[in-house]
Amino acid sequence: MPIKQISIFVENKPGRLADITAILAKKNVDIRALSIADTTDYGILRLIVSNPETAVVAIREEGLTASSTEVLGIAIPDVPGGFAKAIRVLADAGISVEYAYAFITPEKGQAFVIIRVADNGLASAALAAQGIKLIEQADIFE
Amino acid sequence: MSNYYNAEMEIASPEYMKAIQSARLIKMVYNCYNNVPFYKKKFDEIGLLPGDIKTIDDITKLPFTVKQDLRDNYPFDLFAVPKEKLVRIHASSGTTGKQTVVGYTAGDVDRWSEGCARAIVAAGGTKSDYVHVSYGYGLFTGGLGLHYGAEKLGAVVIPVSSGNTARQVQILQDFGSNIICCTPSYAMVIGETIKSMGIDPKDLPLRAGIFGAEPWSENMRKEIEKSLAIKAYDIYGLSEIAGPGVAYECSEQNGMHICEDFFYPEVVDPDTLEPLPDGTFGELVFTCIGKEALPLVRYRTRDISALTHHACSCGRTLVKMHKPKGRTDDMLIIRGVNVFPSQVEHVILSLGMEPNYQIVVERINNLDVMTVHVEMSEAMFSDEIRQIEETERKIRSALQDTLGVAANVHLAEPRSLPRSEGKAVRVVDKRKI
Repeated sequence: MPIKQISIFVENKPGRLADITAILAKKNVDIRALSIADTTDYGILRLIVSNPETAVVAIREEGLTASSTEVLGIAIPDVPGGFAKAIRVLADAGISVEYAYAFITPEKGQAFVIIRVADNGLASAALAAQGIKLIEQADIFE
Repeated sequence: MSNYYNAEMEIASPEYMKAIQSARLIKMVYNCYNNVPFYKKKFDEIGLLPGDIKTIDDITKLPFTVKQDLRDNYPFDLFAVPKEKLVRIHASSGTTGKQTVVGYTAGDVDRWSEGCARAIVAAGGTKSDYVHVSYGYGLFTGGLGLHYGAEKLGAVVIPVSSGNTARQVQILQDFGSNIICCTPSYAMVIGETIKSMGIDPKDLPLRAGIFGAEPWSENMRKEIEKSLAIKAYDIYGLSEIAGPGVAYECSEQNGMHICEDFFYPEVVDPDTLEPLPDGTFGELVFTCIGKEALPLVRYRTRDISALTHHACSCGRTLVKMHKPKGRTDDMLIIRGVNVFPSQVEHVILSLGMEPNYQIVVERINNLDVMTVHVEMSEAMFSDEIRQIEETERKIRSALQDTLGVAANVHLAEPRSLPRSEGKAVRVVDKRKI
């Protein structure tokens, strides 16, 4: 089961991140992971949150542009080479990664990595076949 | 060598000029009435017969012509002569991708060339000069206008066209160009290139420059004169009337003498269309009394200027126009190219986007830079940068195709662009000219 990520268009202006995260706070949305892809003029704020549907509605109500995307989450051992092993599986399967970001979990010795690929089904199968553990929305917010 | 290209006209007495203008206006009105259905209809509507026009003073009886009339008669319906008589077509950008098309007979090209030849002589040019033309060649009238003017004078034309500044400088140096013709902003770029190449402009044979096709200031004139070590002269024109050379500056460098024997000027109140007295600013209007193929009657240029009939220290008696100080419409001139906000809107709509945009024009390093801000919509958005960059590239290339000039694209957050009383503030011109 892929994970729902929300993406928000943010212009490079002072205070925008503070404004946007305040909107989420007001709706009691918990942010577990985030990454920002930035260009000279704008950025894309990507978030893994407790309740993505509520978050997207709240962001759009404020007149901002947001979208919801299905991404893959994997759990890897928090040791040197942990990520390298997982990403090698995708490389060997000829799957390119658009972007990825990682975060540590409350469970000791484990990290989660969010991966954006073109075909989630293909990537999931390749990862599962090599014993890489795929995670679900519930695993992040248990 | 005389100080004038055509002394008979340039230092004519007011009475003589008036006689010439009256004779040409009468001939032109018959040409319009007999050969341009658009004008026959317009004259008939107000019950005007060609015979009612007896002197140049009767010009106020004639109806006005506007740019929309050229668009409505696209491409050739305002031409007063058959194809056999035409020798040239030029065009300038229109508001929705449709160009404004103009045509010339051999005589028209000859008179237009004379306007440019007069401008070159007024800038101190002679037939033994090298005239370096860095205006663009093509449908734009700048390049070919000055080119033909220089040839008519008998000077040596170097048709460099625009771009490749290092090569321009090399030609200035190696060929020994004496007079350069280009947009003032490009002259600034050439000046900087001369400096960066470590050349002392005083070592170049260049003496004068003839600059036009876009607004420029006295400060720019000073900078150009310093960086190129020349005298910088203004030139005015628009393709509807002929092209560059409709009016030109003389040694006084204070206002441009109009070739009023070819292009009869008036300044009118843009609201009431009543003629305004000397020295009062209003909309500049031209009647092409010296044109055969496209004899426009009282064409409203949208340029804001004033006329003066004071005696000029150069001796010319031709009426002078003030450097245009603005427009009565929303047309922008970006690096010499006419841009209408409606063209930008057309591009955005044609890409299936919401027409929420703003055009910001700045002058950065002496070059006009136009940025089109477009609000990001759900349909354009993606979680991947390269998808958004692809959208930006699409907008940029569509703008370039339609406008004929490059524009930056800035994606803005929804509802972030200013709107005033429901009507968006479409253009912000930050250029301090």
